[in-house]
Amino acid sequence: MSEAARPVRDPGLQPERTRLAWRRTTLASTVAAVLAVKAALHGGVSVSGILACALCCGLWLAFLLLAHRRIHALSAAAIPAALSPRHATAAVLCAVATAVCAAALVVV
Amino acid sequence: MIEFVRNVRLWFAPEQVREEGRTPDYRFSLANERTFLAWLRTALALIGGGFAVDQFLPDLRWGWRVGLALALLAAGVLCSLRAVNHWMRCERAMRRGEDLPASRFPALLGVLVAVVALAMAVVVLVGWEG
Repeated sequence: MSEAARPVRDPGLQPERTRLAWRRTTLASTVAAVLAVKAALHGGVSVSGILACALCCGLWLAFLLLAHRRIHALSAAAIPAALSPRHATAAVLCAVATAVCAAALVVV
Repeated sequence: MIEFVRNVRLWFAPEQVREEGRTPDYRFSLANERTFLAWLRTALALIGGGFAVDQFLPDLRWGWRVGLALALLAAGVLCSLRAVNHWMRCERAMRRGEDLPASRFPALLGVLVAVVALAMAVVVLVGWEG
């Protein structure tokens, strides 16, 4: 590949750092999901426990998908577009829903 | 509070944000995004802490355990909502060429975490005696 064909690379590696930040956040959400599954299945299997477990796993998968799409967008273009508010809100809502699920598990 | 409600409407209307001002250098937007993600991780850690208090302190009295867990979970929810709100405010300030918004939230969260940590220390000591 010639120099001209290659996109200009940011010496500060901003897109790479942002990608890794998404990966770290995915890891944090994985830890929260594992703790959620442990809490949901603690003290025997019940219908509400399995429901909460499935919900937390679904939220984790949703976050995984959001992170995957953002990481893909960051690596696709030389100058990536800014994060969209909807994307950010969806990621935050996953965390909030997990917390609500946790509150329900703690109280019941 | 009214400002917050107006911001909430903007979370779901990206077109409105894009109309304002000029698009900043993409590196500034990415730095803002990383700050947002760092706050989101903080929120997830608080939520994980809420689960952990409930799971790994079974000898605690019910009231203390549930109270601490709910406090951590509430802090996590607050932190994540604030993360997206602050990200939005920074993004708009950058587009308009204004100063970045100042915030009292980090200090408040710091004090809250300190209080919860002290409460945990007291609970562990008292729990051992009893």
